[in-house]
Formats: sequence, structure tokens, C-alpha cells
Amino acid sequence: MNKTVNQKAWFFVIPVFVLVAFNAIIPLMTVVNYAFQETFGNNQFMWEGTRWFKQILISERFHAALGRQVLFTLIILAIQIPLGIFIALNMPKEGLGVPICLVLMSMPLLIPWNVVGAMWNIFALPDIGFLGHSLNALGFDYNFTQQSGDAWFTTILMDVWHWTSLVVLLSYAGLRSIQPAYYQAAEIDGATRWAVFRHIELPKMKKVLTIAILLRFMDSFMIYTEPFVLTGGGPGNATAFLSIDLVKMALGQFDLGPAAAMSLIYFFIVLTVCWVFYNLMMRNESNS
Amino acid sequence: MKKFKWLVPTIYIIFLMLPIYWLLNMSFKTTTEIINTYTLWPQEFTLDNYKKIFTDSTWYTGYLNSIYYVVLNTIISVAAALPAAYAFSRYKFLGDKHLFFWLLTNRMAPPAVFALPFFQFYSSVNLFDTHVAVALSHCLFNIPLAVWILEGFMSSVPKELDETAYVDGYSFWKFFFKIFIPTITAGIGITMFFCFMFSWVELLLAKTLTAVAAKPIAATMTRTASTSGYELGLLAAAGSLTIIPGAIVIYFVRNYIAKGFALGRV
Repeated sequence: MNKTVNQKAWFFVIPVFVLVAFNAIIPLMTVVNYAFQETFGNNQFMWEGTRWFKQILISERFHAALGRQVLFTLIILAIQIPLGIFIALNMPKEGLGVPICLVLMSMPLLIPWNVVGAMWNIFALPDIGFLGHSLNALGFDYNFTQQSGDAWFTTILMDVWHWTSLVVLLSYAGLRSIQPAYYQAAEIDGATRWAVFRHIELPKMKKVLTIAILLRFMDSFMIYTEPFVLTGGGPGNATAFLSIDLVKMALGQFDLGPAAAMSLIYFFIVLTVCWVFYNLMMRNESNS
Repeated sequence: MKKFKWLVPTIYIIFLMLPIYWLLNMSFKTTTEIINTYTLWPQEFTLDNYKKIFTDSTWYTGYLNSIYYVVLNTIISVAAALPAAYAFSRYKFLGDKHLFFWLLTNRMAPPAVFALPFFQFYSSVNLFDTHVAVALSHCLFNIPLAVWILEGFMSSVPKELDETAYVDGYSFWKFFFKIFIPTITAGIGITMFFCFMFSWVELLLAKTLTAVAAKPIAATMTRTASTSGYELGLLAAAGSLTIIPGAIVIYFVRNYIAKGFALGRV
């Protein structure tokens, strides 16, 4: 759409700008304040320069948390995106099945995050949970509160349960926008199932998939509540992802300086990745 | 191959329902049954857990608090986002692209980063432990989202609609409320759905900003798990009840969801 230049449009944006700035800029400045200074309470500050940043960037604790976080996010993307596409491809296209699938699949998205954690805790408990009990009955030695491998498995399974539906819904919406004529043409040409997917369905889903990957990256990179309730970051530090480690440092140990420096580095990483994605997305949009 | 297509969504849905079933199952059991035995369905069916929640005010006020701030946040977010989304979809103005990305960056900010500064900030303006504080703090991620979704819907409305209305002598605000808003009700519905959803599921900020008076249900649940031993049945009942508002909202917007996603926003 060709837009007209109108500087007065700023007046329409003011309420949004004020509300978001109120929430974003002032608290962010507090973080910046703590990141460069040492505080002894009572509003007394001492300039520390980049000391906290150096401390965080060379600390093994941060490297370990960042490593766990990146690994977790990569696993999540590698499972949820293909799985979501696969399920969307097999969803019914018409009839009563459509609303049933949509409603039931959206359910996990609307459950408060700590309830998701609590639910999976109950579900996976080795003695009284369905998952834990079944796995142990099948002969696996499963206990997510004591073995870090099991804790990872449970956390990933929980996230797959929680968020795959978002990818399914987005992909499904993308598939629905393909006109039947494309499929008919493919059939006349004798295209294989794979060729139909590769040359018709995948290109049509490109836009929604970019959004799906962006959203899944952001949210899995910021994950806090669900693993906190499920495993509490444990056993040991096995599932202490960035946010969990950060809250532990800021509110648990009250190491405000390093915590603030870590916050800024953390935010910077998310921002950089999203900036790249956002530009890719906008380029796609202007191409099509 | 085609014959068994229905198997995929069916298996997936069964996988989705299993933990929910287990939660419901636990919520109808007595504490002794939960701790001592492993049963696939309640042997001594009881409603005591639910009774406790509906009669104990520390429990049910949690629900009221949550619903109060979620509704407040949804109204604020949509009301503020409507004119802004209109501006982004119709006009070019100084810094529009940067402003749009800046708004989105707030959707990307990890809440854990903001927890402590929010606590200090809202305490200093005397809003700590109020519903307004939680509603305002959730604007941080809901307003950018609302602007993003609404802008998509508004851009799909042809500009000729605006121009015809002005030719017919409508003033801007009369056009906006009488013609424009009714044409994008589906979009507003979707936006409200997502604002409701993200405010309802968020806990970290809601918990940080409240103590007693505005404490959300989700935070009440954490307390049970940590202090008064492990009352799993009660916890399960409270958890099951938090699923209901979401399920009701989904049912009402089910037809819009696919449409909203199709526009590639959200």
C-alpha cells in the first residue's frame, strides 16, 4: 500500500510510545545504572566502569549457562519446526475435524506457564506420575529430579508439548492460503509428494515459518517459569538456563552489578538475532 | 498412506491431552491416595480439593485478581494500539520504521531482565501490589504485539474506504469509530485473544509486582507447593481451574484464529 507522508501521525502513536517507554526505558536505565556502578544501598553509588561486564564475560558460570541455553534453543527449534510442519500437513482441511483440532491443539498455549511446569512435574514424577511410572515400568531408570539427562529429556518434552501447536497453527494457516489449482496442476504434471511439498507448500509457508522460528527462538531463549517450576534448574545446575541463572544471581544472591551486566549482555544477544531475522522477514515481505 | 492421515493429528492430540488428564485425575483424588498408590483414575472420587478453593478466600481471590488485571491489560493494550496501528498502516512519518522495531524489541526483552527494576520502579511510584501495576507492566509485551497484529489487519483494508468516507463528509473520528472499527472487528477479536492469552500465562512479572492485595492465582499455587508441604491434590485442582478461562476464550475465537494466523502476524 502506498502510504502518505504525514508527521501528525505521531499523535496517534503517542499513547503507545508513552506506555511502552514508561515500562521499557526507565527500568532499563536502572539496569544500566547497576551495570556500571557498585551500590551499598541508600542510593549510594560508586563508578565501576566495565568491571562487571569483564567479570561476566570471562566467568565460567555464564559460559555454562549460555551454552546450555543455546543447546536447548537449538534442540527445541530442530524438533518443533519439522514436527509442526508435519502435523499441519496431515491436518484435516474441512469438516468437523478442523475446529476440534484447532481448539484442542491450542489448549497448551493458554495454560499459565507455572501450571505447565507443575502439571509436568506431577506427570513425570517417577513414583506417581504417568510418564515417570510408565518409563520405569518399561525398564528405564528414569528420575528427572536426580539425573540430569532425564531432566533435559523432560524439559524438552514439556516444551515440545507446550509450543509445537504454535508452529502447527502457523503452518496450517500458511497451507490454507494455497489455492487448489496449484495442487491440480501438480497432479497433472505427475509431481511426487515430495516435489509438491518442496515447490508448492514450502514456499507458501516461508513467511509464516520465519515468524514461527522467530517466536520460538525468542521464547525458548527467554524460558524461565516452566523449567523453574519443573526442575528448579536442577539437578545441580543441569537445567539452569540463562533466565534462571540470572534471577538466581539478582534476587537470590543480590549480586546486582554482575546481574545487571549479564542482563544487558543477554538482551543484546536476543536483540542481535532478532534484528537479523526481522530484516530477513521484511525483505521477504517486500519481495512477494 | 492417505488413509492413515488422520492418525498424525490424533496421536498428537492424545499426547497433548495426557498431562492434562493426569492433572484432572490428581485433582479428584485424596492426598493419601496420591501419595500411597499409583492409580490411573481416582479410586475414592472426591471434590474436596475444589471445595477448598471455592470456599477459601486466599484461593478464589487469586482467580479474581488474575482476571481483573488481565482484562484491564487487554483493554489498555487494544485501546492504545488501535490509533497507533492505524498510523503505521496508513502514514509515513519521521522514524516510523525505527519506532516499529523498537516496539518489537520489547516483545523480545527477557522478563527476567526486567523483574528487579520493575519491582523498584513500581514501588517508587507507589503502585506496588496493585492490579494496575501488573496491567501496566504487561503492556511491555502486549502493546507491541497488539500493534503488530492490528497493523496487519488494517493494511488489508483498502485505503479507498478512508477516502470515500472523507468525500462523504465524515470527520476523522466519526469515520474511525463508525466505519473503520466495525470493518476490522475480526482483527480486534484476535488481538484481544492474544493480549488475554499472554497476560494470563505470564507469572514472573505478576508475581514480582504483587504481595497480597493483587496476588495472581498462579502465585498462590507456588506458595502451596513450597510452604504447606506438598498438597498435590489441591495444586492439581487449582491448576485445572486455570485451564478453563483459556478454553472458553479459544472456543469463542476458534474461527478467527486460522484467519488471524493466515495474515502472518502474531
